[in-house]
Amino acid sequence: MKVFVPVKRVVDYNVKVRVKSDGTGVDLANVKMSMNPFDEIAIEEAVRLKEAGVATEVVAISCGTAASQETLRTALAIGADRAILVETDADVQPLAVAKLLKALVDKEGPQLVILGKQAIDDDSNQTGQMLAALLGWSQATFASKVVIAGGKAAVTREVDGGLETLELTMPAVVTTDLRLNEPRYATLPNIMKAKKKPLDTFKPADLGVDVAPRLTTLKVVEPAKRQAGIKVADVAQLLDKLKNEAKVI
Amino acid sequence: MALNLFDQWRRQSPYYNDSHEEWAQTVRRFVEKEVNPHINQWEDEENVPLSLSVKAAELGIIQMGFPEEYGGITQGVDAFHGIVAGNELAQCGASGLVAALMMHSVALVPILKFASEAMKRRIAPEVLAGRKTMAICLTEPSGGSDLAAVKTRAEKRGNKWVLNGSKTFISNGMRADYYTVVARTGGPGADGLSLFLVEKGMPGFTQHKMRKMGWHCSDTATLFFDDVELPPENLLGPENKGFLATVKNLNNERAGLASGACAYARCAVEEAHEWATQRETFGKPLIKNQVIRHKFAEMMRHISASQALADLMVWQMMQDRLDIGMLSLAKVQSTRTLELVARECAQILGGACFVRGCKIERIYRDVRPHAIGGGSEEIMLDFAARQMGFV
Repeated sequence: MKVFVPVKRVVDYNVKVRVKSDGTGVDLANVKMSMNPFDEIAIEEAVRLKEAGVATEVVAISCGTAASQETLRTALAIGADRAILVETDADVQPLAVAKLLKALVDKEGPQLVILGKQAIDDDSNQTGQMLAALLGWSQATFASKVVIAGGKAAVTREVDGGLETLELTMPAVVTTDLRLNEPRYATLPNIMKAKKKPLDTFKPADLGVDVAPRLTTLKVVEPAKRQAGIKVADVAQLLDKLKNEAKVI
Repeated sequence: MALNLFDQWRRQSPYYNDSHEEWAQTVRRFVEKEVNPHINQWEDEENVPLSLSVKAAELGIIQMGFPEEYGGITQGVDAFHGIVAGNELAQCGASGLVAALMMHSVALVPILKFASEAMKRRIAPEVLAGRKTMAICLTEPSGGSDLAAVKTRAEKRGNKWVLNGSKTFISNGMRADYYTVVARTGGPGADGLSLFLVEKGMPGFTQHKMRKMGWHCSDTATLFFDDVELPPENLLGPENKGFLATVKNLNNERAGLASGACAYARCAVEEAHEWATQRETFGKPLIKNQVIRHKFAEMMRHISASQALADLMVWQMMQDRLDIGMLSLAKVQSTRTLELVARECAQILGGACFVRGCKIERIYRDVRPHAIGGGSEEIMLDFAARQMGFV
């Protein structure tokens, strides 16, 4: 079974982003970029499936600028067998990524696509669902456990009040939640081996996909600054503030 | 905004490529997950568990640059992978940790160079898997920097060597399994020295733990050899040729120390910056005072210049065109920088720097082994002056 793992290059989770002064987005100049943490979990899961003998090949895919190669190399160092970069300088939105992935799925015929439930930069939480819809495949989102056997996938999800387990018929799209696994480190020998693994590059046009954005960003602003707290003199004043200022009682 | 001095430095330097970047991220995660939650406890307990060496070896930290046939990693690895690992390990702010993990980087080299195949196969794979540890034993109670005056003596009796004398300030001196020891086999001076392998538990070999100002998590000991009998194969390399082999080894150590000192300095600056943005005095954060901002600018001026020179020295080593006088100056430059930065960061923290548990408190205590170990500043300066023809 071939497994596709789409990965996204995003601002590192440790970076405190700054909004550009003209309000068109966040400043990315000289900012540290890393693989979306949810995608790292997806790569780890795919590599574990391969180690367990369930998957035969793990293909990491990224859609973005040439710099996304670094992210793909990280995926290869964790254990993906090969990588595909769909190179574009355009602002690729979830629908465009889903279409690009569908084109690659049609080309190569994987049985499973496993990807992060969302990317930590735009928090869209759409790509997996859109891809499943375009392909007409089963889908399970926010996976906390994945078991694949006999052409079926049993996917456990953390829902309010407990765990829900879905049974999917393969092929399927699965999106990963935080507690699915703990991704391994890329070891030094694997970092070196990753340099030699194949990485193919396509353009969106090669796949016949138009990636022009459908959504327009009007404005990006910083969240409102939190006001300093106050001390109240007594219970009466507290009640007054809660009633008349906070209006919660 | 939280600073990210480590990444910024690498990205703007011609010496570092994608694999260094990737490797840095791996080591950083290792430090965040396996070291940072425990380092205060290890400093208090004066011990780093051996299991950490095993975990470090699972990633490749222990094996860098050692031959693959004995469990090392050489493919694609250059000196800067070692520098990157040392720099990232520094982010825990406890340089004793590196002493605990990495002594084999000096001590194992003579084994691989000179020992019999059987001995290499017995020792190197275990050390490189993190399951056994090593110590390098040069300094003696009678003097440190004057290596040529070593008094520990090995004499041939029958087909055995008999070792007598003592060594002091030995990192890993209590817990190491294997000890690479410099001892005199010939006449006075550098030409009479040889290298020997001593193993833990040999009759006549005793160890005494030393308590220290800093490097608490690293064990340091004085060693005594009373008629320790060594089989002939424990002589490493030709008789009376131990000195040169050791000195060549020290160049790597010095370059690592020079770069490492800059990394601890950056680590201190990051912590001091975080403090200065949060701590409010006289109605505003500390960082809003020009006098404090100038301290940061001055520290970065020193660190950047020192790191640039240290990196150049590593590059020269890789090209096999090392200016050893300049390397000595690079080490002095870096350790003086660390001393200055530790002081200034401590001033920025004020009373908080005097309480155990923060990185700056540790880094301040840990300055001395940087400035003294691997060649003291005074010896380095004099050596450089003579190398450069100022005689």
